[in-house]
Amino acid sequence: MKRNECIGMLYPELDDKVVVTIMGACAQELYDLGHRDNFFYLQHAMGLASSIGLGLALHLPHEKVVVLDGDGSVLMNLGTLATLARYRPRNLVHFIFDNGSLLSTGGFDSHTTSGITDLAAIARGAGIEQVAAVDSVMAFGEAAIEAFARNDLSVIVAKVAAVGPNHYGMDLQLSENAFRFKRWIAGRKSAEVKSSSVPAVTTREFP
Amino acid sequence: MSVSYENSKVVFQGIKDAGITSLSALPETWLGLLLQQAEKDPDVSLIQVAKEEEAIGVAAGAYFAGERHILLMQNHGFLAAMNGIVSLALLYGIPLCMLIALRGHWGEPYPWHTRGGIVTEGVLRALNIPFEYARDPKEVGRQIREAYTFSQSALSPVALLLTRDLMEEAL
Repeated sequence: MKRNECIGMLYPELDDKVVVTIMGACAQELYDLGHRDNFFYLQHAMGLASSIGLGLALHLPHEKVVVLDGDGSVLMNLGTLATLARYRPRNLVHFIFDNGSLLSTGGFDSHTTSGITDLAAIARGAGIEQVAAVDSVMAFGEAAIEAFARNDLSVIVAKVAAVGPNHYGMDLQLSENAFRFKRWIAGRKSAEVKSSSVPAVTTREFP
Repeated sequence: MSVSYENSKVVFQGIKDAGITSLSALPETWLGLLLQQAEKDPDVSLIQVAKEEEAIGVAAGAYFAGERHILLMQNHGFLAAMNGIVSLALLYGIPLCMLIALRGHWGEPYPWHTRGGIVTEGVLRALNIPFEYARDPKEVGRQIREAYTFSQSALSPVALLLTRDLMEEAL
C-alpha cells in the first residue's frame, strides 16, 4: 500500500475538516491533489502536527480535526500520544503513515522498520482506546470511515511503502498558509454562530 | 524557600484579567500553586503536556482556533521547546505568550538550575524574542496583559520571565 493511495482515498472526505499534515512527502501528496484553505502543512518542527491537532480539536469541539502524521515525526514526540490520551479530544482522527523510513531525508530506516517498534502498541499503551493498525487499502478505507463516524479520539497506523513524490514544491508561502487556514476556521465559526439559535457554546468537555 | 501563595494568586488573576481562557503548561515548583488555581477555574482550560515543545504545537492550534491562550513553563522547558519555537512559531509567525519561571538566576541555591538560568536571556536575545522580567506583584498583571497584546500584534513569541523576587516568599 502506498501513502498516496490512502491520501487519495481520504481527500474527498477532507473538504469540511480541519487538516494538519507533516512535512515532506505527506504534505506534497496532499497538496498535489489540490490545495484547500483548511489544510495546514507543517513544513518543519517535526513531531508537532499532532500537538497542533490537539490544540485545534480541544478549542473547536464542533469541527472534525484530521492529522496526517508519519513514523519519523511521531518518534520525535512520543509524549504526544500520552497527552492525546489524557485529553481525549473526541473530534480528532490521527493518521500515522508508517513507512519505516526517514524518506524525505534520504531513506534511512526508522525505528519501526521490520516491526521493531510498534506505534499502534505504543498508542494503545499510552491510553488511546481506538487504535487501528492496517496494511491494505481496503482496511485503511474501512478504518477511516469508522474513525470519521465515531465520536472518539482515533489513531490509525497505516503501514505504507517507503515511496514518495518525484518532486517537491508548493505555490504557497508558509505565512500565507497560516493566515488562510486561520481565516477558514474563523469563517466556519462565524457561520456556526449565525446559523445557531442558541448562544455559542463555551463549555468544555476536557478537564 | 517556599513559593509565594499570594503572588501566585496575583499572577493567576493577571492571566484572568488579560482575558486568557486557555493555558498549556508543564508543572514546575514555582508554577504549582498557580496551576492549582487554573485547574479549579471553570473558565480556564488547562492542558498539561508531557514536554514543553508539545505546548508550542498546542498553542499554535489554539491560535488558529481563535482562542486566547498562554504557555507556562520553566526556563529549562523553554530550552526543551526550542525547535518548535524556531520552526513553527517563528517560521510561520505564530504568536506565543510565554510565562517562563526563571530558575537558576540571582539567589539560586541549587547547582542544577544554574546553567539554564545563565543562558536563558542570551537564548531569548539570539532568537529576537522580546522579553521582560516580572519582579513586582503590583506590575505583573499589566505585564501579562501587555505581553499577550504584543504577541498578537507582532505575530511573534514573547516571554515574561517570572523571577525569584515574584515567585518565592520574601525572607
